[in-house]
Amino acid sequence: MSENHNSAGGVPTTGHVWDDDLGDFVNQPPKWWMLGLTASAIWVVVYFAMYPSIPVAINGSYWHGLGLPGSGQWTAIKELAADQKALDDVRQPYEDKLKAMTPAQILADANLSEYVARSGKVLFSDNCAACHGQNGIGTKQEGSKFAQREQGYMAPILNDDDWLYGGDIDTIYETISGGRQGMMVAHEGMVSDADIDTLANAVAKGEPTSTPLFAASGCTACHGEDGKGMHAMGSANLTDKIWRFDGSVEGIKQTIKYGVNSGNPNARIAIMPNFTEAGKLSAVEMKKLAVYVYKFGGGQPSAAPEAAPVAADAAASAASEPAAQ
Amino acid sequence: MSEQQQKGKQEVGTVTGLYNEHGEWATNLGEKTIHAKRMPGRFRTLKYITESFWLIFFFGAYLRWDGKQALLLDVNNRQFHIFGLTILPQDIWMVSLLLLLLAMTLFAVTSVASRVFCGFFCFQTSWVDLFTWIEEKIEGNANARHKLDSAPLTADKFRKKAIKHIIWFAISVFTGISFTIWFEDAFVYWHNLLRFDLSMMEWATLVAFTLGTYFLAGFLREQTCLWLCPYARIQGVMADSQTIFPTYDDGRGEPRGRLRRGTPAADDAKLGDCIDCFQCVQVCPTGVDIRDGQQLGCITCGLCLDACDSVMDKIGRPRGLIRYASLDEMNGKPVKKLHQHPRTLVYVFIILLAFAGIVYGLSHLGSMTLRVEPERQPLFVRMSDGSIQNKYNFKVLNKTDKDIHVRILAEGGVAGQIVVDAERQQLVHHGKASGFSVFVKAPGMNVKQEVTPLRFIVVNTEDEKMKAEYQTVFNAPKN
Repeated sequence: MSENHNSAGGVPTTGHVWDDDLGDFVNQPPKWWMLGLTASAIWVVVYFAMYPSIPVAINGSYWHGLGLPGSGQWTAIKELAADQKALDDVRQPYEDKLKAMTPAQILADANLSEYVARSGKVLFSDNCAACHGQNGIGTKQEGSKFAQREQGYMAPILNDDDWLYGGDIDTIYETISGGRQGMMVAHEGMVSDADIDTLANAVAKGEPTSTPLFAASGCTACHGEDGKGMHAMGSANLTDKIWRFDGSVEGIKQTIKYGVNSGNPNARIAIMPNFTEAGKLSAVEMKKLAVYVYKFGGGQPSAAPEAAPVAADAAASAASEPAAQ
Repeated sequence: MSEQQQKGKQEVGTVTGLYNEHGEWATNLGEKTIHAKRMPGRFRTLKYITESFWLIFFFGAYLRWDGKQALLLDVNNRQFHIFGLTILPQDIWMVSLLLLLLAMTLFAVTSVASRVFCGFFCFQTSWVDLFTWIEEKIEGNANARHKLDSAPLTADKFRKKAIKHIIWFAISVFTGISFTIWFEDAFVYWHNLLRFDLSMMEWATLVAFTLGTYFLAGFLREQTCLWLCPYARIQGVMADSQTIFPTYDDGRGEPRGRLRRGTPAADDAKLGDCIDCFQCVQVCPTGVDIRDGQQLGCITCGLCLDACDSVMDKIGRPRGLIRYASLDEMNGKPVKKLHQHPRTLVYVFIILLAFAGIVYGLSHLGSMTLRVEPERQPLFVRMSDGSIQNKYNFKVLNKTDKDIHVRILAEGGVAGQIVVDAERQQLVHHGKASGFSVFVKAPGMNVKQEVTPLRFIVVNTEDEKMKAEYQTVFNAPKN
């Protein structure tokens, strides 16, 4: 510090004067403040010794620091593990119960099915959504990017009520745990192109039985007399509004001609992997997924669902409340 | 230019000049402990009455209602209990209205009568008053305390000081306890406390409030009001020339001078009514001299009014040399009436709005609320029969203390729609929101537009009057 150059009013300044008369006083900060500063500086050293902020290499490893004496060495990884354990401890009672229960029992238990729905969401996103789409909305493949055989859905939509193999909880579980392989032979050469054209047009209208060719060509063997498909075989219902593959006439012709998983290079592919063999999911996780998928809205109870009509008058409501578009 | 002028010019606006000017300000930086004299009087009595409001703070939490704590801010379980009323997080908007109401009340009161909150209600003021009252009981009056402070440490002084600090500390601990029991069951807390079985959070709260009370009320005292409290500063801007303050009537009091024996002050034409007895300064808990005019240190507690009035009585002069008066009155301007004070009226208007909102909220709490979120992915699903299905995630909040079952109804929407499983009764747990999904299916051919308004109603199966509704939409594909 410089000498007291300008004892303005008897108050010492640093001697640096600007704008004619402004100067810095040399007043010391309060003692408590100076002590605080010193204490902070010492604390930096102590804290570094406890939790080194910079890795200090020692013999190929690094120095872990002293940690808080008496409480072991804290690390973020250990804290994470402890937090995860706390979470697992909360989940454990549920998980233990799930092990012994069948998917149907889980579904019947309101508490458990709510619990399962939450973890199911994560499992579904990680394992199923790639083909079935987020929330089971399906992944539609259309446009020039995809070959003719790839048009349509990559995997079935899961939140409608149309099921190839059945929509009850046990079948859904079976599908997940055992996988599925769609199967339809290629009819190229077996059925004439003209007949395929007729059949495709009938099927596109949702009325496959309208043409005698349906029975004559042997379609009924898999799709049933009424064309509604058979869950046991996984054959599609041809009379409903839902299309597993491309539902256009061209698309249907493609399916009939080259089949599904038929070995023909133009065949459509429909493979649900076997998740038990894949070893990626535990039995409990597959149960969770079954319940989760069931609850998308298409799940079918063993007994017929009770549904009560609701008094609703669209015309009246449309007149009184303009739709928010 | 003469040397003198030059020096004078240099001084103005310079650092030195500011320092010199600063020296003339009496600034209470707490170097000297203020031992205010306690004098009986109107405002002293009023202050005792208003301060006793804080007894509610100490004992209100012990009230029971239906076997439960009547007033419980159960933050852990996210609910407030006020007698029979349970306020859940969903109703928390009312708390913001309450805060608005309290803030505006403070504003309104301050605009009318300046810092009466500080002087009569503030916890700092009240606790300091209690602490100094105890100090006076143990160490004697203000003069005795000054003397004791400067006296060398003797066994007697030590005994007095020790007793005082022990009592102060006990009150501080009790303050900490009393604060905590508003947030959890009072009796359970005491039970745990006596076994030293409190959680970290409880200990931290207790220690923080104990030390806070002890230091703020015992040592910092008026320094808190002068240099720590933001409200002291904020309230200054709410006062204007119409606001009444404790004011020294300098027109009547000046020139002040000592009363000479045998000469009634009235006879001395040169002197005003103020006899410079310093009673007003001695009773002031913040140590200000009110005769310097309105100032930051004044918490408008009116104790100087009491002191001055008693002196005026003694010397046979009319009371009110120091009185609650507005700046307008002192400057001889016409004193406007309260309703001519637009700012106050605005405050009152906001208070009424907030109050109306709270009354509306409390009377429309309802025992059940419904929230419906339509599923966004997918917005709709086409079913095999061509119908369109929408999924709705329901959140039903049951505010009663019983689990109930509800039925689900839908109004509006698409002709021929059905609520899937409408007959199913949904269990709704008490005191929390229960979530479940509801599907609505409508025939595809009846769907006329992409978005159709739809209203859901949930009805308690046991009490048809207990219902809640929510307006939402039915989504369908474009066709």
